[in-house]
Amino acid sequence: MSQSNSLAVSSGHLAPGTALRRAPFRHLKEKLIEFVLLGAALVAVFTTIAITVVLVYESLGFFEFVSLWDFLTGTVWTPLFAEPNYGVLPLISGTLTVTAIALAVAVPMGTTIAIYLSEFAPHSVREVVKPLLELIQAVPTIVFGYFALLFVTPLLQDTIMPGLAGFNMLAAGLVIGIATVPTIASLSEDAMRAVPMSVREGAYALGAHKLGVAWKIVMPSAISGVIAAYVLAAARAIGETMIVAIAAGQNAVFTFNPTEGAATLTAFIAQVSLGDLPHGSVGYRSIFACGLVLLVMTLVLNVIGHVLRRRYREAY
Amino acid sequence: MNPGSMSSRTEVDQAHIRALVTSGKRKQLLFAIAGLTCTMIALLTLLAAFLQLLIDGLPRLSWDFLTNFPSRHATQAGILSAWVGSAMVMVVTMLAAVPVGVGAAVYLEEYAPRNWLTDLIEINVTNLAGVPSIVYGLLALGLFVYQFGFGESVLSAGLTLALLILPIIIVSTREALRTIPGNIREGAYAMGATRWQMVSNHLLPYSTGGILTGVILGMAEAIGQTAPIICIGALTFIAFLPDSPFGGSPPFINFSWLFSEFTVLPIQMYNWVSRPDKAFQLNAAAAGVILLAMTLLMNGLAIYIRYTVRKKIKW
Repeated sequence: MSQSNSLAVSSGHLAPGTALRRAPFRHLKEKLIEFVLLGAALVAVFTTIAITVVLVYESLGFFEFVSLWDFLTGTVWTPLFAEPNYGVLPLISGTLTVTAIALAVAVPMGTTIAIYLSEFAPHSVREVVKPLLELIQAVPTIVFGYFALLFVTPLLQDTIMPGLAGFNMLAAGLVIGIATVPTIASLSEDAMRAVPMSVREGAYALGAHKLGVAWKIVMPSAISGVIAAYVLAAARAIGETMIVAIAAGQNAVFTFNPTEGAATLTAFIAQVSLGDLPHGSVGYRSIFACGLVLLVMTLVLNVIGHVLRRRYREAY
Repeated sequence: MNPGSMSSRTEVDQAHIRALVTSGKRKQLLFAIAGLTCTMIALLTLLAAFLQLLIDGLPRLSWDFLTNFPSRHATQAGILSAWVGSAMVMVVTMLAAVPVGVGAAVYLEEYAPRNWLTDLIEINVTNLAGVPSIVYGLLALGLFVYQFGFGESVLSAGLTLALLILPIIIVSTREALRTIPGNIREGAYAMGATRWQMVSNHLLPYSTGGILTGVILGMAEAIGQTAPIICIGALTFIAFLPDSPFGGSPPFINFSWLFSEFTVLPIQMYNWVSRPDKAFQLNAAAAGVILLAMTLLMNGLAIYIRYTVRKKIKW
């Protein structure tokens, strides 16, 4: 024991591992850093938990005053009136109408652009168009809201729809559609480009023409990624706030008529948040109930997308 | 069969095939035109949005517009409190999102074992990118504003946006780490480096470009976000500035600005655009021009960095 001790002392700083012994906390420090990094990664998990807990907790407070049945089946939404009504259907109809218009624009356009860029466009065109499309995604949506209210609506009124209301879901939906085209185009194109070249070459060897290959070979092979793109675009359209808050108006009307103005779930949340409702009041809690509905809608969408992707997945 | 009928048969087949080829080519051309048209429609819409904003907003842009507080008189109103507020919120967002985002990415790429916890984190990072931004606002309203008692402050807003852009930073940092070849790591270990020494002395410096790109794109996303900030109760009419972060007396830095009420550019713009008065809507356009210019500038910078880094590094 004493011998080994003296050996270590006599060999001094030349002994291998001395530097390690001089840093006795080296191992501890490594462990500590790993824990800190794990903590950073866990922020994502905590965010999800916190979102769920906050929305459910505040909504439970809301449902103490309003029965779940009235909330889900009522067709009048006037939570801020002296005699409040809490039927969420008008907000859901607004959200669905706007989303449907947006998808009616974005799905055909985005898919066409994706196929064009992936299968038809020369390399130089793709190199220019892709970054420009990504630029659309970078534009703050409030800028698009301004565009919808003060350009698209007057344009529609002057040309094909003279009787269109100043606030309407049509203009908002169209602009959201254009704003989500890049999401679909970009993600679908990535999926199509991932289809192996040999699959296309096989089709060409059998005498298929370009459009046939794109539509009957590449599209089915890439369908899993394309569906994921559609789901993300639909989720974006449902959650879009500023374009509808500016261009579709603030009145909760139970209608699916796109030429009318109607509030969506998101527009209502924004509208209430801008006023000053006392913390803890039913009106204050109603926005969390709306947020919960919004979250459930995106969740359902994601589950549907997941199931579809599973069913139609092609693996190479 | 006589040879005559044989040849006529071939001719029929050939004519049929030729017709097929012609129709195939026609369809192909039509589709290419359709694809180009769709692309042009999307890009022209973007151009129209930009032009309209510029035409409406440019005449209102002046030094006074940047240095005036909002006002009841449209022509005297400015965006001083809005851009100062935006800048302060951005500082908080960056200070919170960068260390957490980069840390999470390093953990997932370099440390994480293959187990259920890692899977859980991965799923959450993916899913959070799809949560509507206004839901982050509701989270912040319940958690930061009331539960933590931060109030309707710069701090609450900055933290909210930090959570919002976390997935962007995590994804781009991971991509940057993944492009570093494994032998760099092995080399560092061979020289006796610990894992953290390997990460901090090699991986992080080599992936700076990719991380920076992600951070800038995240900040560009954050600066245009309106909905979550509305949720936590940013005011729309603020005629004062938060306390300066740099005081005249020791310790020269104070933190009261973190808890100050504030407004940001997109909210100022929303407030103006939702007024029926045309003069205020022109103000909104002017604020929009500045917002758009900043977003585009940041995106351009990110593209530039990505391009130069890609050219410089050769493994």
